[in-house]
Amino acid sequence: MLNDLDLSALWVTLRLAGMTVLVLLIVGTPIAWWLAHTRSRWRTVVEAVVALPIVLPPTVLGFYILVALGPYGPIGRLTGVTFAFTFWGLVVASAFYSMPFVVQPLHAAFEAIGRAPLEAAWSLRASPFDAFVTVASPMALRGYISGIVLGFAHTMGEFGVVLMVGGSIPGKTRVLSTTVFDHVEVMEYQQAHVLSAAMLIFSFLVLLGVYIVNRKFPIHVS
Amino acid sequence: MRKHLLIVCLSAVVTVFLAAHGASAGQVQVAVAANFVPAFKDIAAEFEKASGHSVQTTSGSSGKFYAQIKNGAPFEVFFSADDERPKLLEDEGLGVKGTRFTYAIGRLVLWSQDASLVTGEETLKAGKFKHLAIANPKTAPYGTAAMQALTKLGLWDGLQSKLVMGENLGQTSGFLESGNAELGFLALSQVMDDKLKGKGSRWDVPAHLHEPIKQDAVLLTTGEKNPAAKALLEFIQNEKGRAIIERFGYALK
Repeated sequence: MLNDLDLSALWVTLRLAGMTVLVLLIVGTPIAWWLAHTRSRWRTVVEAVVALPIVLPPTVLGFYILVALGPYGPIGRLTGVTFAFTFWGLVVASAFYSMPFVVQPLHAAFEAIGRAPLEAAWSLRASPFDAFVTVASPMALRGYISGIVLGFAHTMGEFGVVLMVGGSIPGKTRVLSTTVFDHVEVMEYQQAHVLSAAMLIFSFLVLLGVYIVNRKFPIHVS
Repeated sequence: MRKHLLIVCLSAVVTVFLAAHGASAGQVQVAVAANFVPAFKDIAAEFEKASGHSVQTTSGSSGKFYAQIKNGAPFEVFFSADDERPKLLEDEGLGVKGTRFTYAIGRLVLWSQDASLVTGEETLKAGKFKHLAIANPKTAPYGTAAMQALTKLGLWDGLQSKLVMGENLGQTSGFLESGNAELGFLALSQVMDDKLKGKGSRWDVPAHLHEPIKQDAVLLTTGEKNPAAKALLEFIQNEKGRAIIERFGYALK
């Protein structure tokens, strides 16, 4: 059914999606929080930048990572750091690529909470951080669940960037989507079918889950 | 008023359709394996000048083209990087019987952007590099040849951890030109392209280290009635076409 290469690709894909979501939770929470509460005129600019990957072809991102962030690019020349052919390079790329899927649900959730519950917490002498941890984040739980699930699923489907800068190294940068592509190239349609069907069912279940959660736990704003 | 608008719309649609149809006279849709693209660009330009037909080129990997052609892609001529897929297409009734021929025999090179890095097989043996790029041996004939050469030199297993694979030769040269991989195996034809000619360092891999890379072309049944497709195949086989192919470092049959 699935050979070792397919299984290692599955494992790399799951690790990549998991790591990317973790990075995005750490980076995305402050961004979403800032977007929900700032009155700065930069807000729209940041919102637009966060939403870019929705409209930008992943190959554009891949191209920049290959050329602009390669050894001959400015960063490569200065630091010697390059992103191509490494698992962490893919994580960095995926974090950009899946950013809107994590930040936007969080932003919406933080916005829905509003300032009132936080002000109540502050008046009871909670520090801003304490207020965030004990009041805001539990109230934004739904946003977190949506963000985690969508970010994970979106990264699972990544193709363009990986194809451009992955180098197809088994166990490091070879992922499910490129494996399906390879199977089709060499006429192994049976394996392509198995992997494609698995991805299709998984994606559908994920989205179904998100919509069920959204119905069951509407945000309560007192 | 409504009826009037409908007539205007319909006639617009018909006009567009006819225009599109009229434009396709003397046009040929060609699928070209990535390694042959540099040479084919020159051939297409010469052919267009000589015949007045226009050529629409799509470049990619032979494996992908094979899958697309099987599923009804509108290509009329297929220049493959191997001799297996055109034969399969002919056997499956998608290629016109008797039109298949070897248009070129490919040569493999080890190439680096760095003018002093590649000196010969000793460069591979010394292993003073982080990444060695090859085209995917499963999907690209030049990748298969690179694998055979490395195996014959007894280096395949030792270099596993340094191998990075491009989906096809075009992508593999992207890894090399951007400097992300220090050296790698390409087709000689790519290094003969104006963009890379005389740049970097190279080692022409001896032909006995791998099976000959026989590259076949075939007229597809979609192009059977297209005079432009037939004319293109004739042009490739006459002296002008053959001279261009040789200039790009291919051997001829």
